[in-house]
Amino acid sequence: MLQSIFNDTFLYLAFIAVKVGVTISGVMFSLFFVMWFERKLIGHFQVRLGPMRVGPHGILQPIADGIKVFLKEDLIPANAHKFLFILSPFIALFTAIIPFAVIPFGPQIGSWFGKPISIFGHPINWYITDINIGILYAFAVSSLTVYALVLAGWSSNSKYSLLGGLRSAAQMISYELSMGLAVVGVVMLSQSLSLVKMVEAQSQFPFIIMQPIGFIIYLIAAVAETNRAPFDLPEAESELVAGYGTEYSSMKFAMFYIAEYTNIVTVSALATTMFLGGWIGPSWLPPIVWFSIKMMVFLFLYVWLRATLPRFRYDQLMQFGWKVLLPIAIGNIFITGFVIAIINK
Amino acid sequence: MMMIFAIIKGLWTTFIHLFRKPITVQYPKETIPPSPRSRGRHRLRLDKNGLELCIGCELCAGVCPSKCIYIEAEENDPNDRKSEGERYAKVYRIDMYRCIFCGYCVEACPTDALILSANYDLTVDSRRKFVWNKEDLVDPPETRTDIEGYYIGWK
Repeated sequence: MLQSIFNDTFLYLAFIAVKVGVTISGVMFSLFFVMWFERKLIGHFQVRLGPMRVGPHGILQPIADGIKVFLKEDLIPANAHKFLFILSPFIALFTAIIPFAVIPFGPQIGSWFGKPISIFGHPINWYITDINIGILYAFAVSSLTVYALVLAGWSSNSKYSLLGGLRSAAQMISYELSMGLAVVGVVMLSQSLSLVKMVEAQSQFPFIIMQPIGFIIYLIAAVAETNRAPFDLPEAESELVAGYGTEYSSMKFAMFYIAEYTNIVTVSALATTMFLGGWIGPSWLPPIVWFSIKMMVFLFLYVWLRATLPRFRYDQLMQFGWKVLLPIAIGNIFITGFVIAIINK
Repeated sequence: MMMIFAIIKGLWTTFIHLFRKPITVQYPKETIPPSPRSRGRHRLRLDKNGLELCIGCELCAGVCPSKCIYIEAEENDPNDRKSEGERYAKVYRIDMYRCIFCGYCVEACPTDALILSANYDLTVDSRRKFVWNKEDLVDPPETRTDIEGYYIGWK
């Protein structure tokens, strides 16, 4: 009896560990593609070619960059708070990766072109875990990123870093509200906080049809949350050198960089799950492929905005976040609730 | 409200540009041929008989604003002529690091011995290789008398 419980538990834990490993390595691998995709796309937006030399059409460029940054000298400023200076890139990367624990890349019973797949009789579900407050967990965890940026800005003991850290704190807190409120509409429609249930509620049509305003608010807030153009004030190179990353070099800088891109993949995955119908799609492609395609569409939007819009001024950023986005998000919740109440009557 | 229309207009503009043909030239692989009269690397020409056109007058060295040309002239030996004239340049040295490609040397040259070719590929892997002596500057035989279209100054 005890033996069998031990065996089952051990098997269960091993299974989870393997799944975590596969997810993290998959996400890390996809980052290389995302970096290449962005550089290539931004090049073509500017009527350039983008990276062309390393590998066919520059596909190996991110790997070359990774090797380069790994071989760089690692510098710690003399007056920096050493412990926090080293800790903050780790926080950034850690908080960027852990939301993937709840993101469903596919349905519970995994299938590949219609055939169910299983290992040792266990059906494979395409997510690490399905907790009933998945969306809350994802937002709570990814909002911890602000600690990394603020601590990095403060511990560097440099004026540019400090200003960048302060800006990122103010910006992320301001836009997190709108982001959370934009999602409330989806939660009301799906009657659940679990991400798997949310996708299953979209089996007829994706929530972007019923929540277009929510989607746009989420898109804007997500761009601001990940500190990307046109909301890249924390690392505004024209005034702050590189913001919180000014004093960082080598692998520590790379960790911030990877964390930024992981955050982009995270918010794209969450948007796909909540608004674009997740893995659901016609059955001639496997669910995970549909998920990837939808994520790519969101990433394309990201790059498109970056290629088009100039950076906001700081007061415009605050004004837009608090006076425009937040009231619209609250109004959206009211309207959604009103419509649901009428339909259910 | 006007901001939204402006943003949509901007997004549309960039979207159209996405489908344009990139204007990038993949330089070492493909090049755009420059105008033949563009001022690239120096060439010392030979005449039809394979003699140097340079007569060692040092006008080019005198006119050079960055003083990058150094010439040591010597009398021609009648039995072993190097040039048509009385003298020839025993040492003709150009420091390409100092050259500003103004073309005054070419304009000053009385025998059209010195020209600026259209070759702008001036890359070397050692600083020493940018001090060019006569053997680096004399034209290869196949182009020795052809000055058609080259920069020879406003003559």
